[in-house]
This record gives sequence, structure tokens and C-alpha cells, in this order.
Amino acid sequence: MSDQTAGSPAEFRAPDSAVLDGIWRTQPGVIGWLCSVDHKEMGKRYFVTAFAFLLIGGIEALVIRVQLARPNVGLITPHQYNQLFTMHGMTMIYLYALPMLSGFSNYLWPLMLGARDMAFPRLNAVSYWIYLFAGIFMYSTWPMGQAPSAGWFNYVPLSGRDYSPGVDIDVFTLGVTFIGISTTVGSVNFIVTLLRTRAPGMSVNRLPIIVWGTMTASVANIFAVPAVSLACIMLWLDRQVGTHFFDSTNGGSPLLWQHLFWMFGHPWVYAVVLPAMGIVSDALPTFCRRPLVGYTAVALATVATMVLGFGVWLHHMFATGLPVLALSFFSAASFVIAIPSAVSVFAWIATIWTGRPVFTTAFWYFTGFIMLFVIGGVSGVMTAAVSYDWQLNDTYFIVAHLHYVLLGINVFPVIGGIYFWFPKVTGKLMNEPLGKWSFWISFIGFNLGFFPMHISGLLGMPRRIYTYSTGMGWDTANLVTSIGAFVFAIGILLTVVNLLRSLAVGPRASANPWDAATLEWSVASPPPPYNFKVIPVLASRHPLWEGRLDDENSGRSLLESGILLDHGRETLATSVLDAEPDAVLQMPADSPWPLLLALALAALFFGMLFHVVWLGAGGLAALVISMAGWLWPDQREQRPTRSPAHV
Amino acid sequence: MSYLTTNGPAADAAARLGWGLIALSSAVIVIIFGLLLSALFRRRPIPPGDVETLGAIGRKGTGLSFIYVGTGFSTLMLFVFVVWSLQALGTVAGPPESPGLTVQVTGHQYWWEVRYIGAGGRGFLTANEIHIPVGTPVRVELSSADVIHSFWVPKLVGKMQMIPGQTNVTWMQADTAGDYRGECTQLCGLQHAHMAMVVIAEPAAAFTAWWNRQLMPPASAGTQLAADGQRIFQVRCASCHAVLGTDAGGLVGPNLSHLAGRQTLGADTIPNDPDHLAHWVNNAQDVKPGNAMPAIELEPSDQSAVVAYLETLE
Repeated sequence: MSDQTAGSPAEFRAPDSAVLDGIWRTQPGVIGWLCSVDHKEMGKRYFVTAFAFLLIGGIEALVIRVQLARPNVGLITPHQYNQLFTMHGMTMIYLYALPMLSGFSNYLWPLMLGARDMAFPRLNAVSYWIYLFAGIFMYSTWPMGQAPSAGWFNYVPLSGRDYSPGVDIDVFTLGVTFIGISTTVGSVNFIVTLLRTRAPGMSVNRLPIIVWGTMTASVANIFAVPAVSLACIMLWLDRQVGTHFFDSTNGGSPLLWQHLFWMFGHPWVYAVVLPAMGIVSDALPTFCRRPLVGYTAVALATVATMVLGFGVWLHHMFATGLPVLALSFFSAASFVIAIPSAVSVFAWIATIWTGRPVFTTAFWYFTGFIMLFVIGGVSGVMTAAVSYDWQLNDTYFIVAHLHYVLLGINVFPVIGGIYFWFPKVTGKLMNEPLGKWSFWISFIGFNLGFFPMHISGLLGMPRRIYTYSTGMGWDTANLVTSIGAFVFAIGILLTVVNLLRSLAVGPRASANPWDAATLEWSVASPPPPYNFKVIPVLASRHPLWEGRLDDENSGRSLLESGILLDHGRETLATSVLDAEPDAVLQMPADSPWPLLLALALAALFFGMLFHVVWLGAGGLAALVISMAGWLWPDQREQRPTRSPAHV
Repeated sequence: MSYLTTNGPAADAAARLGWGLIALSSAVIVIIFGLLLSALFRRRPIPPGDVETLGAIGRKGTGLSFIYVGTGFSTLMLFVFVVWSLQALGTVAGPPESPGLTVQVTGHQYWWEVRYIGAGGRGFLTANEIHIPVGTPVRVELSSADVIHSFWVPKLVGKMQMIPGQTNVTWMQADTAGDYRGECTQLCGLQHAHMAMVVIAEPAAAFTAWWNRQLMPPASAGTQLAADGQRIFQVRCASCHAVLGTDAGGLVGPNLSHLAGRQTLGADTIPNDPDHLAHWVNNAQDVKPGNAMPAIELEPSDQSAVVAYLETLE
């Protein structure tokens, strides 16, 4: 990539889609597919992979629910049960929740921001491949009966070598470190993309809220992920080399693990919900036929939530014997973090109230999300009170709370987002009646399944028990929960059926089937490989609604004419705040190095896991070679400095 | 196990706060759902559009008053609850008077070792049952012999983790006599589900009687069968289990000096009666797979002798 100074408009030509298509299209065939760096391709792969993990994690949950449906069920052994809930947690948290949102953002960002690709397309590809291989890695020891079984939080010393001698915990420590690389490079890419590749006029106060959400989450990940990677590497050293970071008999501290884990874990919770809340903030107003109420407040609430989110990790550790004074600060912060959430909730309600709702499937999913968010939010406030959390903590009340939060704020917006953007991605419309059936069955099943968990929690049922005896008063709540889980699964299944059916026989979608306002709807469905014929110039937050709101005096965005850039893979760099044109970025071509680098890393991690020296050493060597190949100077002829062409 | 009603000052303030929080939460849910449903279905001058005819774009009113009023109200309520919750925390964090009794509880996979320390160092060890006198604050010192466990008696006191290498302190007080069940709430391994205990609160006189009995060794085996059982016990069981006044001094498993007086076996896994005891002695892995006690596999006659002996440990 090289920067060139832009000057005044010099050339005026008509855009030729065939030329752009030739420049940007991924080569056909398997090799082309493996070498692609197209952000839309990566977005779809993220989406399909994360959805597959969602279904796998869901099946694990259903087995758990059969085991707990009645007292003293003997379907699975205690060890299998511990493996199941650990893998369920790891799958949903690490392999579904954030990667799914990365899929949305990877696909949508350049289209929303008016760019031809992400800032670092090859980084984007390597981020996906590492995610895929880390997912396979985490599951690799289960067929040997050695899946991790100390919970997704993996507390030491239960996860130490004395109490878990097998490869089960090694696959956790290395797997979490491995996928952390994917998260980190992905976050860097989002941050630079946002700062540098917005179309002219896409100033920060015109960004869609999902961009605010993903941006905020990405910055948070840069700070949060190192904590868990560090903890995992320290634990791996304790287990393999005999260091004593967490070993209390030799001066280490088991509590250190909890601090490091939750310094990551709590910000991560917000990282996996803020982009999803952004989906709602962007898509819901389309179906209310008006702009979002309180755009600025919602955008700032997003950032405020994340900042506060770094100051509440101790509320996972209220019962660890820390000084009460310290607990009270974190308790107060945990109450305060509800305020920005309240801002968003009232903004959404005001948008519906003052708008004219169109009851589409996507709209119903977003409405359902608001309800689940409120329930999950107030139960979260209950756990912020230290003395009451000493009771609620580690009971099914928390299981209810976290599923209302994570399914309510992640899965429901994601499925709503799928119904909303599916026509853009595939060029096909989804079936609305089937979609509404899926919503109502999912919504009813979800509440039937998870609401009774509040009750069993208040009746004192602890988490992570593989069975319970009769006479504890937990039988009915658990049976209802298990039935609800299956009803919910049917709702999800209907969405899967709808997806596959619409992909095959769905009617053609126009460029803008929902008459939405943002830039991604200005291009064809599905978008061409180059996204935009010319780089658009924005004059407002709602480029496709200009002239239809009371904004007669404001400027008009230019979507058909603008900067052309058709001399190679190029996109426009703009300034950080106001998005003034700054330079032309030369973008890399499709490349095999991202895949090879990820494969090399996978070999390194598998070698470390199974102590296969030649595999680890080979992986390390291949890693160095891949990096050299990646960084080898581009042999393409450098064009002389010139101004970007205008049409 | 419900903590909606509680029986002691270490838990009462939290339970009251809990009811307040439940009431607040319910009110918030009702108000927001009401607002949302009215927003969805209120009468509008122009009827809502459908999927085909989406309807015109408009911006009627800024709607910002929703945010101002809603957030303002929420902030006020949150502030009230922060103050209330800090006040409740202050109440339950420590006893009002200095505790009259200290109990040291050590977590093991998957049972509770309970140590009482009396005047002049005359203390004793027991397991899985904690006797306390009614109406007196009791200091509870928590630690762990292996992994992290969590001490919880919902009717009397909230959770506190038992972490190897450190001693956490909590307290409890029972205002009425009775049996209060407690349970480990931190995942501690395969049998986390079967790590419970009971706190038995009794009047001062009964507690003192119990205390004095615990200091005494159990009566010697009366019958021939029980005497045989004791001999077998010394050979097969004594390296892990201790019985006061005998050569059995193992510290790996629970102290069995007064086993017959306990309500349950295996940390509240099965009731303590001769049949269950026989099953447990012979094959504890069958009852509680993954616990530390191996399958002993005694001859049937030896088994009944050991059970007869253990039944004498009043």
C-alpha cells in the first residue's frame, strides 16, 4: 500500500464496470476461493462458520437440558456433563458470539462507509482462517474423550495439572490464545478501516451505529484480549514447564487467574453485545420509517458502556474475600453501567412511538430483543448489589440472566439482522410468513426455557451440577426449561429452513427492498466485487432518504459521480474526523499467504498441544516463511503520483 | 435452599434488599413493556405500512423527551438502590458483636472438613455437619485443601469462596433452631453436584451437650461383630479415616469418630442408615463416581462387620 497525495480533479471519465470487475473479481476455482481477500467473501464465511458453531453449541445445550429435565437422570456421566457445558460455553462465547458479529461488520463496513474493501484485506483473510482453525483446534481433543471440562472460565487450581492432568486444559489455554490472535488482528483492521477508509463526507457523526458498536468493541478487544492470552500462557507454563504463577503452595495465587480472566471476560460481554445493539439501532428505524431518535445519545451511550465495562470485572468476584470497600466501588459502577443501556432502550421505544412501524420479521426480532434486553438488564442490576449477589451468584438465576443478555442482545438482533440484510448479501428475499413463525416460536420457546431458570435460581439451584435429587423443589422449573429449550430450537430450525429455501428459490431482491437509508442499499443486491463504481461523497447521515425528511436546506450526497479509481485495486483514504480525501490507497491483490500463515500457526499450536516437536518446529518455520512472503515488496509497477480521477 | 426468606442477621438484610430489587425489576419490566406495546399498537393518524408498501419516510417530533425522562427516572432509581445496597452490605458484612464461636471449614473434593477450637486447645474434627448454638454469631474461617470451593448456606449466609492458600472469613447466626442445608457452588470437579452439608442450629444446652460428646471417644465396640469390624477397619480404612480413641488416625478422608450421629453420608449424597452405609463402604464409586474413596470390595461378612462397627460410633 502506498499513499499518494490527492489534488484537484483532473480526469473526467464514465465508470466502466467491466474494468472494475476485472480488477476486483476473485478468480474462479478452488485456488481463487482459497486466496480471496474480498471483505464480502470473508463476511459470508464468518457468518456461515459462526452459524454452524451456534447450531453445534445449541445441540450441546439440548443434551444438557435432557439430562436436567428430571431429577437423577443418568443420560451422561458427570465427566461428559462437565465437558458438555464447558464446550457449550466455549463454543457460544469464543466461536459464535463475536465471530458472528465480525461477519456482519466485515461484510457491511466497506459498503456502509463507502470503501472498496477493508483497510487491510489480507489481515481480514488471515483473521478468518485463524478463527476457523482455532475452532477446529478447540474441538480436536473431544473425539479422544479429552474436551476441556473446567468451565469456560477455567478456574485454577481445578484446571491445574494436579487436578486436570490431560490435554483437555492445554487445548483450552492454547485454543483461547490462538483465537485471540484472530480477534486482535481483526480489531486492528476495523480500527484502521474506520479511521482511514471512509468515503468523503462520512464524518464521525454520520456513521451507522453498528460501526460505532464494532469500533468500540474493537478498541476494547485490543485491551481485553491480552489479559486472557496472558493468563492462558501463564497457565500453560504452569502446566508444562512447572512455573508457579497460580500455585499457592509455591507463592502463586489462584485468585490472579480470576482477575486476569474477568478483566477480559467482562469487557468481552460488552464487545459481543454492542455491535448487535448497533444492528438494531440501524435496522429498526428503517421499519419505523423514520431516523433513529437520539442518534448522538445512542452513539455516546455505546462508548460510555464500554468505558464503564472495564471497571466492573470484580462483580464476578464478589465472593472471593476481597475487601468490602473495594467491592462497593465495583458494585456502584455495576449499577451505573445500566444508565447508558437505559438511553438506548428509550431511544428505540421513542423511535417506534414516533414512527410508523412495519411489522416485518426483522422488526419483530428487534422488538423481541428490546423485551429480552430489559429483562436481562434488570436482573443484571440485581446482581450488582453485593449482598444480594452473594446469594444469586453461581445459581441458576445467573444462568437465566446471562442467557437473557447473550441470546437476547446477541442472537435475536443477529437473526433480525439476517432477515434484514439477507436480500443485500444474496440478492434473494426471505419468506416473511415462515420468518414470523420462526420469530414467535423462538420468542415463546426462549421465555419458556429461560424465565423459569430465574425461579430455580431463587429456589437455590446451583450452577454446573450434573443432576439434582427430588424434593429440592426444582423439578417443575427444570422440566419447563427443558421443554422451552426444544421449542426454541424449533424456532431456530425454522430460520435455518427459511435461509436454505430462500437461497434456493427466494424471489429476486432489488437494490433496496426495505427502502432503507444507508449507503449499502445504494449498490446492487448482491453488491459487485468492487462495491461502488465511484467512491460516493456524503452530505448526510441518511443518503438514500435525502429530500424526503425535513432537510430541504441540507446538501445532497453524490452517489453516481465521485472519485473513480480504476487503475488497479485502489480505494480512497480520508482524514480521521471529517473524512476529507487524503490519499489513494493501493490495495493488495488476492493472495495465498493469509491461508498459509494461518495453517502454519495451526501446525505450531497442534505441535505444542500434542508435544510433536517436528510439527511445532515446522509450523514455526512455515510461519516465518509466510510472513516473509506476505511482506515481500509488491512487484507491481508503482504508478506516478497523480490525482484521483473524477467523473 | 431458597433465600427468599432467611433466618439470620447475616442474610436478612440481603433478603429484604432482594425483595426490593425484585419489586423494582418487576415494575421496570411492566412500565417498559407497557410503553413498548403502546408504541407498537397505538392509534396513528396514518395506518402502519406493510412489507410491500413500506410507507413514507417522516420525522415527526424528535422523540428526545423519551430519553430525557426515561434516563432521568432510571438514574434516580439506580441511585436509590446503590445507597440501599451499600447499606445492606454494611449490615451483613460483619457481626454486630464479636462472635462467640469460631468454626474452621476446609473444602475437599467433595466434602467439608469442620474443625472446632475450644478453650485450652480442646478442639475436635468432624465433617459435613456444622452444629451451632442458636442466637449467637459464629465466625467461619474458610480454606481449601485442593481446588476452589464455595461455602453457602442460603438461609443463613451468602457465598464465600474457599481458595487454596488463603483464609476467607465470613459469619453466620441462626435466629431459630433447625437444620439449614448448604451447598458448594463453585465447580470443583466431577462430584460438584454432591457436595452439600447441613448447619444444625440448636439451643445452647443441646449444643454444649453435643460439644462435650464430640470431645469424648466413642464407646468401645460392644458386640463381637462390631469388634471384628473395628479390626478390619484398622487394616482397611484407618490410613484415610480417623476415629478418636483408636489407632485409626488418617486425615485424608472425613473424621468418623461420631459417624453414627450424622444424618447423611457422602456430603449429603445418601441417608445415613445401615443399608446405604453398607453400599457406601463397599463401593463408594458406585454411589458417587469420581470421589476420592476407592472401591474397597470387602467380603460380605467383613462388610457387615465394618458396618456394625461404624454404627456404634455414636
